Amino acid sequence: MNLTLQIWRQKNADAKGAMETYKVENISPDSSFLEMLDILNDQLINEGKEPVAFDHDCREGICGMCSLQINGEPHGPGRAITTCQLHMRKFKDGDTIYIEPFRAKAFPVIKDLVVDRSAFDRIQHAGGYISVNTSGNTQDANAIPVEKEKADKAFDAATCIGCGACVAACKNASAMLFTSAKVSQFALLPQGRIEATERVLNMVKQMDLEGFGNCTNTGACEIECPKGISLENIARMNREYLKASVK
Amino acid sequence: MWFVKNMITRKNLMALTGLFLAFFLIIHLLGNLQLLLPDEVAREQYNWYSHLLAGNIVIEIIAIVLYACILLHLADAIYLTIRGRKVSGNYRLDKRARASTWYSRNMMFLGAVIFAFLVIHFKDFWYQYKFGTLPLDEKGHKDLYTLVVTAFGQLWYVIVYIIAIIALGYHMLHGVFSAHRTLGLYHPVYNRIVRTAGVVFSVAMTFGYAVIPIVIYIKQPL
Repeated sequence: MNLTLQIWRQKNADAKGAMETYKVENISPDSSFLEMLDILNDQLINEGKEPVAFDHDCREGICGMCSLQINGEPHGPGRAITTCQLHMRKFKDGDTIYIEPFRAKAFPVIKDLVVDRSAFDRIQHAGGYISVNTSGNTQDANAIPVEKEKADKAFDAATCIGCGACVAACKNASAMLFTSAKVSQFALLPQGRIEATERVLNMVKQMDLEGFGNCTNTGACEIECPKGISLENIARMNREYLKASVK
Repeated sequence: MWFVKNMITRKNLMALTGLFLAFFLIIHLLGNLQLLLPDEVAREQYNWYSHLLAGNIVIEIIAIVLYACILLHLADAIYLTIRGRKVSGNYRLDKRARASTWYSRNMMFLGAVIFAFLVIHFKDFWYQYKFGTLPLDEKGHKDLYTLVVTAFGQLWYVIVYIIAIIALGYHMLHGVFSAHRTLGLYHPVYNRIVRTAGVVFSVAMTFGYAVIPIVIYIKQPL
Protein backbone atom coordinates (compact mmCIF):
# COMPACT_ATOMS: atom_id res chain seq x y z
CA MET A 1 0.00 0.00 0.00
CA ASN A 2 1.17 3.51 -0.83
CA LEU A 3 -0.23 6.21 1.39
CA THR A 4 -0.12 9.95 1.90
CA LEU A 5 -0.09 11.01 5.53
CA GLN A 6 -1.15 14.39 6.86
CA ILE A 7 0.40 14.54 10.31
CA TRP A 8 0.24 17.21 13.02
CA ARG A 9 3.75 18.34 13.85
CA GLN A 10 4.41 20.50 16.87
CA LYS A 11 7.90 21.01 18.31
CA ASN A 12 6.78 21.44 21.92
CA ALA A 13 3.87 22.55 24.11
CA ASP A 14 4.49 26.24 23.37
CA ALA A 15 5.19 25.96 19.65
CA LYS A 16 2.53 26.53 17.03
CA GLY A 17 1.85 23.29 15.21
CA ALA A 18 0.88 22.57 11.63
CA MET A 19 -0.11 19.67 9.41
CA GLU A 20 2.71 18.21 7.34
CA THR A 21 2.57 15.81 4.42
CA TYR A 22 4.51 12.53 4.27
CA LYS A 23 4.52 9.60 1.89
CA VAL A 24 4.97 5.96 2.86
CA GLU A 25 5.31 3.13 0.38
CA ASN A 26 4.99 -0.66 0.34
CA ILE A 27 3.02 -0.86 3.58
CA SER A 28 1.58 -4.32 4.24
CA PRO A 29 -2.21 -4.31 4.73
CA ASP A 30 -1.54 -6.66 7.68
CA SER A 31 0.62 -4.20 9.56
CA SER A 32 -0.92 -2.29 12.41
CA PHE A 33 -1.38 1.46 12.29
CA LEU A 34 1.43 1.98 14.79
CA GLU A 35 3.75 -0.27 12.77
CA MET A 36 3.03 1.91 9.76
CA LEU A 37 4.08 4.94 11.86
CA ASP A 38 7.23 3.03 12.92
CA ILE A 39 8.09 2.54 9.24
CA LEU A 40 7.53 6.25 8.61
CA ASN A 41 9.81 7.10 11.54
CA ASP A 42 12.58 4.76 10.27
CA GLN A 43 12.29 6.52 6.95
CA LEU A 44 12.51 9.96 8.63
CA ILE A 45 15.50 8.94 10.76
CA ASN A 46 17.32 7.61 7.66
CA GLU A 47 16.67 10.93 5.97
CA GLY A 48 18.14 12.70 8.99
CA LYS A 49 14.79 14.23 9.97
CA GLU A 50 13.00 14.38 13.32
CA PRO A 51 10.74 11.31 13.78
CA VAL A 52 7.06 11.82 14.64
CA ALA A 53 6.41 11.54 18.38
CA PHE A 54 3.38 9.41 19.26
CA ASP A 55 2.23 7.55 22.37
CA HIS A 56 2.24 3.76 22.54
CA ASP A 57 3.06 1.06 25.01
CA CYS A 58 1.49 -2.41 25.21
CA ARG A 59 0.31 -2.57 21.58
CA GLU A 60 -2.35 -5.09 22.53
CA GLY A 61 -5.24 -2.79 23.38
CA ILE A 62 -5.07 -2.85 27.17
CA CYS A 63 -2.85 -0.01 28.33
CA GLY A 64 -4.72 2.98 26.88
CA MET A 65 -1.52 4.71 25.87
CA CYS A 66 -2.00 4.99 22.11
CA SER A 67 -4.24 7.90 21.23
CA LEU A 68 -4.49 9.64 17.82
CA GLN A 69 -7.41 11.19 15.98
CA ILE A 70 -7.24 9.28 12.68
CA ASN A 71 -9.27 10.65 9.77
CA GLY A 72 -11.24 12.74 12.24
CA GLU A 73 -12.19 9.94 14.64
CA PRO A 74 -10.57 8.80 17.90
CA HIS A 75 -8.58 5.61 17.20
CA GLY A 76 -9.64 5.87 13.57
CA PRO A 77 -12.31 3.91 11.73
CA GLY A 78 -13.63 0.77 13.34
CA ARG A 79 -15.40 0.50 16.68
CA ALA A 80 -14.27 -0.78 20.06
CA ILE A 81 -10.58 -0.78 19.18
CA THR A 82 -7.52 1.20 20.20
CA THR A 83 -5.11 2.59 17.60
CA CYS A 84 -2.72 -0.34 18.08
CA GLN A 85 -5.57 -2.71 17.16
CA LEU A 86 -6.25 -0.81 13.94
CA HIS A 87 -4.84 -2.48 10.84
CA MET A 88 -3.88 -0.95 7.54
CA ARG A 89 -6.36 -3.19 5.71
CA LYS A 90 -9.02 -0.74 6.94
CA PHE A 91 -7.57 1.76 4.43
CA LYS A 92 -7.26 1.70 0.68
CA ASP A 93 -4.12 1.96 -1.42
CA GLY A 94 -3.52 5.60 -2.33
CA ASP A 95 -5.53 6.96 0.62
CA THR A 96 -4.65 10.20 2.38
CA ILE A 97 -4.79 9.68 6.13
CA TYR A 98 -5.13 12.57 8.59
CA ILE A 99 -3.39 11.96 11.90
CA GLU A 100 -3.91 14.48 14.69
CA PRO A 101 -3.46 14.44 18.46
CA PHE A 102 -6.51 14.17 20.76
CA ARG A 103 -7.53 17.79 21.14
CA ALA A 104 -8.93 19.31 24.32
CA LYS A 105 -7.92 22.15 26.59
CA ALA A 106 -7.37 19.62 29.36
CA PHE A 107 -5.11 17.51 27.09
CA PRO A 108 -2.35 19.93 26.03
CA VAL A 109 -0.04 18.75 23.24
CA ILE A 110 3.44 17.93 24.52
CA LYS A 111 4.98 17.18 21.14
CA ASP A 112 3.56 16.20 17.73
CA LEU A 113 0.88 13.59 18.48
CA VAL A 114 1.65 13.18 22.18
CA VAL A 115 -0.77 14.83 24.58
CA ASP A 116 -0.62 15.22 28.35
CA ARG A 117 -3.44 13.11 29.79
CA SER A 118 -2.36 13.48 33.42
CA ALA A 119 -5.65 15.29 34.05
CA PHE A 120 -7.16 11.78 34.14
CA ASP A 121 -4.63 10.72 36.77
CA ARG A 122 -5.55 13.68 38.94
CA ILE A 123 -9.26 12.83 38.65
CA GLN A 124 -8.39 9.27 39.67
CA HIS A 125 -6.32 10.53 42.62
CA ALA A 126 -9.26 12.65 43.78
CA GLY A 127 -11.25 9.56 44.72
CA GLY A 128 -10.86 6.63 42.35
CA TYR A 129 -9.80 4.18 45.05
CA ILE A 130 -10.97 2.51 48.24
CA SER A 131 -9.15 2.85 51.55
CA VAL A 132 -8.11 -0.57 52.77
CA ASN A 133 -6.15 -1.25 55.90
CA THR A 134 -3.16 -3.24 54.70
CA SER A 135 -1.62 -3.80 58.13
CA GLY A 136 -1.80 -7.57 57.71
CA ASN A 137 -5.40 -8.04 58.87
CA THR A 138 -6.89 -7.30 55.46
CA GLN A 139 -10.22 -9.04 54.99
CA ASP A 140 -10.59 -11.31 51.98
CA ALA A 141 -12.55 -9.33 49.38
CA ASN A 142 -14.59 -12.42 48.52
CA ALA A 143 -15.89 -12.59 52.09
CA ILE A 144 -18.47 -9.93 51.19
CA PRO A 145 -21.21 -11.30 48.92
CA VAL A 146 -21.80 -9.24 45.77
CA GLU A 147 -24.77 -9.59 43.43
CA LYS A 148 -23.67 -11.12 40.13
CA GLU A 149 -25.35 -8.39 38.06
CA LYS A 150 -23.64 -5.63 40.02
CA ALA A 151 -20.29 -7.38 39.96
CA ASP A 152 -20.57 -7.66 36.17
CA LYS A 153 -21.45 -3.98 35.78
CA ALA A 154 -18.63 -2.93 38.09
CA PHE A 155 -16.27 -5.06 36.04
CA ASP A 156 -17.53 -3.57 32.78
CA ALA A 157 -16.92 -0.07 34.17
CA ALA A 158 -13.49 -1.13 35.41
CA THR A 159 -12.42 -2.13 31.89
CA CYS A 160 -11.94 1.59 31.14
CA ILE A 161 -8.29 2.00 30.16
CA GLY A 162 -8.31 5.80 30.51
CA CYS A 163 -7.21 6.40 26.92
CA GLY A 164 -9.14 9.65 26.54
CA ALA A 165 -11.04 8.69 23.38
CA CYS A 166 -14.27 9.81 25.11
CA VAL A 167 -12.86 13.32 25.51
CA ALA A 168 -11.56 13.34 21.94
CA ALA A 169 -14.95 12.17 20.62
CA CYS A 170 -16.96 14.73 22.57
CA LYS A 171 -17.94 18.06 21.05
CA ASN A 172 -17.56 19.58 24.53
CA ALA A 173 -14.40 17.64 25.43
CA SER A 174 -16.27 16.19 28.38
CA ALA A 175 -14.62 13.60 30.60
CA MET A 176 -17.91 12.32 31.99
CA LEU A 177 -17.58 8.82 30.52
CA PHE A 178 -14.12 8.31 32.02
CA THR A 179 -15.01 9.80 35.41
CA SER A 180 -18.33 7.98 35.58
CA ALA A 181 -16.69 4.63 34.78
CA LYS A 182 -14.29 5.17 37.66
CA VAL A 183 -17.10 6.30 39.98
CA SER A 184 -19.34 3.40 38.93
CA GLN A 185 -16.84 0.61 39.37
CA PHE A 186 -16.68 1.45 43.07
CA ALA A 187 -20.24 2.69 43.58
CA LEU A 188 -21.60 -0.68 42.50
CA LEU A 189 -19.61 -2.69 45.05
CA PRO A 190 -20.11 -2.83 48.83
CA GLN A 191 -16.43 -2.05 49.42
CA GLY A 192 -16.84 1.15 47.41
CA ARG A 193 -20.05 2.35 49.06
CA ILE A 194 -18.25 3.45 52.23
CA GLU A 195 -16.49 6.37 50.52
CA ALA A 196 -19.08 6.83 47.76
CA THR A 197 -20.21 10.31 48.82
CA GLU A 198 -16.80 11.98 49.02
CA ARG A 199 -15.60 10.05 46.00
CA VAL A 200 -18.17 11.36 43.56
CA LEU A 201 -18.02 14.93 44.93
CA ASN A 202 -14.21 15.05 44.76
CA MET A 203 -13.84 13.39 41.38
CA VAL A 204 -16.46 15.62 39.76
CA LYS A 205 -14.85 18.67 41.35
CA GLN A 206 -11.47 17.67 39.96
CA MET A 207 -12.98 16.93 36.54
CA ASP A 208 -14.38 20.47 36.39
CA LEU A 209 -11.11 21.97 37.66
CA GLU A 210 -9.16 20.24 34.90
CA GLY A 211 -11.23 22.14 32.35
CA PHE A 212 -13.30 19.39 30.77
CA GLY A 213 -16.64 20.35 29.27
CA ASN A 214 -20.15 19.33 30.21
CA CYS A 215 -22.08 16.29 29.04
CA THR A 216 -24.93 16.71 26.54
CA ASN A 217 -25.65 12.99 26.23
CA THR A 218 -24.94 12.85 22.50
CA GLY A 219 -23.52 9.39 23.10
CA ALA A 220 -20.48 9.84 20.83
CA CYS A 221 -18.13 8.78 23.64
CA GLU A 222 -19.86 5.43 24.09
CA ILE A 223 -19.59 4.75 20.35
CA GLU A 224 -15.90 5.65 20.17
CA CYS A 225 -14.84 4.00 23.44
CA PRO A 226 -12.44 1.12 22.71
CA LYS A 227 -13.85 -0.75 25.69
CA GLY A 228 -17.51 -0.02 25.02
CA ILE A 229 -18.05 1.72 28.37
CA SER A 230 -21.79 2.35 28.62
CA LEU A 231 -23.47 5.76 28.92
CA GLU A 232 -25.41 4.16 31.75
CA ASN A 233 -22.36 4.97 33.89
CA ILE A 234 -22.80 8.69 33.25
CA ALA A 235 -26.42 8.52 34.38
CA ARG A 236 -25.31 6.54 37.44
CA MET A 237 -22.69 9.15 38.30
CA ASN A 238 -25.30 11.89 37.89
CA ARG A 239 -27.50 10.01 40.36
CA GLU A 240 -24.59 9.49 42.76
CA TYR A 241 -23.66 13.15 42.52
CA LEU A 242 -27.21 14.35 43.12
CA LYS A 243 -27.51 12.00 46.09
CA ALA A 244 -24.16 13.12 47.50
CA SER A 245 -24.96 16.83 47.06
CA VAL A 246 -28.12 16.66 49.16
CA LYS A 247 -26.60 14.51 51.90
CA MET B 1 -26.77 31.39 38.76
CA TRP B 2 -23.52 32.45 37.10
CA PHE B 3 -21.67 31.45 40.25
CA VAL B 4 -22.57 27.76 39.89
CA LYS B 5 -19.36 26.53 38.32
CA ASN B 6 -20.26 22.87 38.66
CA MET B 7 -21.19 21.30 35.35
CA ILE B 8 -23.48 18.59 36.71
CA THR B 9 -25.51 21.03 38.82
CA ARG B 10 -25.83 23.27 35.81
CA LYS B 11 -26.98 20.37 33.69
CA ASN B 12 -29.50 19.43 36.38
CA LEU B 13 -30.89 22.94 36.24
CA MET B 14 -31.04 22.67 32.46
CA ALA B 15 -32.85 19.34 32.71
CA LEU B 16 -35.40 20.49 35.30
CA THR B 17 -36.24 23.73 33.51
CA GLY B 18 -36.41 21.86 30.20
CA LEU B 19 -38.76 19.23 31.56
CA PHE B 20 -41.00 21.90 33.09
CA LEU B 21 -41.13 23.68 29.72
CA ALA B 22 -41.94 20.39 28.00
CA PHE B 23 -44.72 19.74 30.49
CA PHE B 24 -46.09 23.22 29.88
CA LEU B 25 -46.34 22.38 26.18
CA ILE B 26 -48.99 19.75 26.94
CA ILE B 27 -51.23 22.23 28.77
CA HIS B 28 -50.62 24.94 26.17
CA LEU B 29 -51.50 22.53 23.35
CA LEU B 30 -54.68 21.27 25.02
CA GLY B 31 -55.85 24.85 25.52
CA ASN B 32 -55.05 25.89 21.98
CA LEU B 33 -56.68 22.88 20.36
CA GLN B 34 -59.91 24.80 21.12
CA LEU B 35 -58.97 26.92 18.11
CA LEU B 36 -59.94 23.97 15.93
CA LEU B 37 -63.58 23.87 17.11
CA PRO B 38 -66.26 25.03 14.64
CA ASP B 39 -65.79 28.76 13.95
CA GLU B 40 -68.43 30.40 16.12
CA VAL B 41 -67.99 28.06 19.10
CA ALA B 42 -64.22 28.38 18.84
CA ARG B 43 -64.29 32.17 18.96
CA GLU B 44 -66.49 32.34 22.02
CA GLN B 45 -64.83 29.48 23.87
CA TYR B 46 -61.24 30.49 23.06
CA ASN B 47 -61.79 34.08 24.13
CA TRP B 48 -63.49 32.89 27.30
CA TYR B 49 -60.57 30.52 27.98
CA SER B 50 -57.99 33.27 27.43
CA HIS B 51 -59.93 35.56 29.75
CA LEU B 52 -60.10 32.81 32.36
CA LEU B 53 -56.35 32.30 32.28
CA ALA B 54 -55.51 36.01 32.27
CA GLY B 55 -57.49 36.71 35.41
CA ASN B 56 -56.26 33.80 37.52
CA ILE B 57 -53.64 34.38 40.19
CA VAL B 58 -52.47 30.73 40.14
CA ILE B 59 -51.93 30.96 36.40
CA GLU B 60 -50.05 34.23 36.92
CA ILE B 61 -47.68 32.53 39.36
CA ILE B 62 -47.15 29.57 37.03
CA ALA B 63 -46.52 32.03 34.21
CA ILE B 64 -43.77 33.71 36.23
CA VAL B 65 -42.19 30.31 36.92
CA LEU B 66 -42.44 29.60 33.21
CA TYR B 67 -40.70 32.85 32.20
CA ALA B 68 -38.02 32.15 34.80
CA CYS B 69 -37.53 28.65 33.39
CA ILE B 70 -37.15 29.99 29.87
CA LEU B 71 -34.54 32.50 31.01
CA LEU B 72 -32.63 30.02 33.20
CA HIS B 73 -32.67 27.38 30.46
CA LEU B 74 -31.39 29.99 28.01
CA ALA B 75 -28.70 31.42 30.30
CA ASP B 76 -27.47 27.96 31.20
CA ALA B 77 -27.40 26.91 27.55
CA ILE B 78 -25.34 29.94 26.57
CA TYR B 79 -22.90 29.44 29.45
CA LEU B 80 -22.42 25.71 28.79
CA THR B 81 -22.13 26.13 25.03
CA ILE B 82 -19.49 28.83 25.35
CA ARG B 83 -17.57 26.75 27.88
CA GLY B 84 -17.83 23.66 25.68
CA ARG B 85 -16.47 25.59 22.70
CA LYS B 86 -13.61 26.99 24.79
CA VAL B 87 -12.41 23.67 26.15
CA SER B 88 -12.82 21.48 23.08
CA GLY B 89 -10.30 21.30 20.29
CA ASN B 90 -10.45 22.03 16.59
CA TYR B 91 -9.55 19.17 14.31
CA ARG B 92 -8.31 19.79 10.79
CA LEU B 93 -10.39 16.83 9.66
CA ASP B 94 -13.40 16.25 11.89
CA LYS B 95 -15.57 13.15 11.49
CA ARG B 96 -16.75 13.02 15.08
CA ALA B 97 -20.28 13.67 13.88
CA ARG B 98 -20.53 10.07 12.72
CA ALA B 99 -20.91 8.87 16.28
CA SER B 100 -24.02 10.87 17.26
CA THR B 101 -27.27 12.33 15.90
CA TRP B 102 -27.20 15.80 14.36
CA TYR B 103 -29.94 17.12 16.63
CA SER B 104 -28.17 15.97 19.80
CA ARG B 105 -25.10 17.97 18.74
CA ASN B 106 -27.06 21.06 17.74
CA MET B 107 -29.31 21.64 20.74
CA MET B 108 -28.07 25.24 21.02
CA PHE B 109 -28.90 25.97 17.39
CA LEU B 110 -32.35 24.37 17.68
CA GLY B 111 -32.84 26.29 20.91
CA ALA B 112 -31.89 29.54 19.19
CA VAL B 113 -34.52 28.88 16.49
CA ILE B 114 -37.09 28.21 19.20
CA PHE B 115 -36.11 31.38 21.06
CA ALA B 116 -36.38 33.50 17.91
CA PHE B 117 -39.82 32.03 17.43
CA LEU B 118 -40.78 32.75 21.04
CA VAL B 119 -39.94 36.42 20.53
CA ILE B 120 -42.33 36.58 17.57
CA HIS B 121 -44.93 34.49 19.42
CA PHE B 122 -44.84 36.69 22.52
CA LYS B 123 -44.84 39.92 20.54
CA ASP B 124 -47.78 39.00 18.34
CA PHE B 125 -50.06 37.30 20.86
CA TRP B 126 -48.92 37.65 24.46
CA TYR B 127 -47.98 41.33 24.22
CA GLN B 128 -51.06 42.19 22.17
CA TYR B 129 -53.33 40.47 24.66
CA LYS B 130 -51.71 41.95 27.76
CA PHE B 131 -50.84 45.44 26.60
CA GLY B 132 -52.40 45.98 23.18
CA THR B 133 -55.94 47.17 22.50
CA LEU B 134 -57.97 44.26 21.21
CA PRO B 135 -61.62 44.53 20.12
CA LEU B 136 -64.11 42.74 22.38
CA ASP B 137 -66.35 39.86 21.36
CA GLU B 138 -70.10 39.62 22.13
CA LYS B 139 -69.42 38.41 25.68
CA GLY B 140 -67.10 41.31 26.38
CA HIS B 141 -63.92 39.23 26.27
CA LYS B 142 -60.86 40.37 24.35
CA ASP B 143 -61.04 38.84 20.87
CA LEU B 144 -57.77 36.89 20.80
CA TYR B 145 -59.36 34.31 18.51
CA THR B 146 -59.65 36.74 15.59
CA LEU B 147 -56.09 37.93 16.15
CA VAL B 148 -54.79 34.33 15.97
CA VAL B 149 -56.91 33.33 13.00
CA THR B 150 -55.88 36.46 11.08
CA ALA B 151 -52.21 35.76 11.78
CA PHE B 152 -52.48 32.16 10.61
CA GLY B 153 -54.23 33.33 7.46
CA GLN B 154 -50.81 34.38 6.13
CA LEU B 155 -48.81 31.62 4.50
CA TRP B 156 -45.38 32.95 5.55
CA TYR B 157 -46.54 33.09 9.15
CA VAL B 158 -47.67 29.46 9.01
CA ILE B 159 -44.30 28.48 7.49
CA VAL B 160 -42.39 30.28 10.27
CA TYR B 161 -44.50 28.38 12.79
CA ILE B 162 -43.93 25.01 11.16
CA ILE B 163 -40.14 25.56 11.03
CA ALA B 164 -40.08 26.51 14.71
CA ILE B 165 -42.28 23.56 15.68
CA ILE B 166 -40.05 21.12 13.81
CA ALA B 167 -37.02 22.63 15.58
CA LEU B 168 -38.87 22.20 18.87
CA GLY B 169 -39.67 18.59 18.00
CA TYR B 170 -36.04 17.71 17.37
CA HIS B 171 -34.94 19.69 20.44
CA MET B 172 -37.25 17.56 22.59
CA LEU B 173 -36.42 14.34 20.78
CA HIS B 174 -33.00 14.62 22.35
CA GLY B 175 -33.91 16.82 25.30
CA VAL B 176 -36.54 14.73 27.07
CA PHE B 177 -34.38 11.60 27.20
CA SER B 178 -31.19 13.52 27.87
CA ALA B 179 -32.80 15.36 30.79
CA HIS B 180 -33.68 12.08 32.47
CA ARG B 181 -30.12 10.85 31.99
CA THR B 182 -28.79 14.05 33.51
CA LEU B 183 -31.09 13.62 36.47
CA GLY B 184 -29.65 10.17 37.04
CA LEU B 185 -32.01 7.69 35.42
CA TYR B 186 -29.77 4.77 34.62
CA HIS B 187 -31.83 1.61 34.96
CA PRO B 188 -31.94 0.02 31.46
CA VAL B 189 -35.66 -0.83 31.66
CA TYR B 190 -36.76 2.68 32.68
CA ASN B 191 -34.29 4.04 30.16
CA ARG B 192 -36.06 2.24 27.35
CA ILE B 193 -39.44 3.41 28.62
CA VAL B 194 -38.31 7.03 28.87
CA ARG B 195 -36.62 6.89 25.48
CA THR B 196 -39.79 5.60 23.81
CA ALA B 197 -42.02 7.98 25.79
CA GLY B 198 -39.73 10.86 24.78
CA VAL B 199 -40.04 10.01 21.09
CA VAL B 200 -43.84 9.60 21.32
CA PHE B 201 -44.13 12.86 23.26
CA SER B 202 -41.96 14.82 20.81
CA VAL B 203 -43.77 13.49 17.76
CA ALA B 204 -47.20 14.09 19.36
CA MET B 205 -46.30 17.67 20.32
CA THR B 206 -44.83 18.43 16.89
CA PHE B 207 -47.91 17.06 15.17
CA GLY B 208 -50.35 18.73 17.59
CA TYR B 209 -48.77 22.16 17.32
CA ALA B 210 -48.29 21.95 13.56
CA VAL B 211 -51.91 21.01 12.96
CA ILE B 212 -53.31 24.24 14.45
CA PRO B 213 -51.81 26.80 12.02
CA ILE B 214 -52.22 24.45 9.04
CA VAL B 215 -55.90 23.78 9.72
CA ILE B 216 -56.65 27.47 10.37
CA TYR B 217 -54.86 28.41 7.14
CA ILE B 218 -56.78 25.87 5.10
CA LYS B 219 -60.13 26.68 6.74
CA GLN B 220 -60.00 30.42 6.10
CA PRO B 221 -62.57 31.82 3.64
CA LEU B 222 -60.83 32.66 0.37
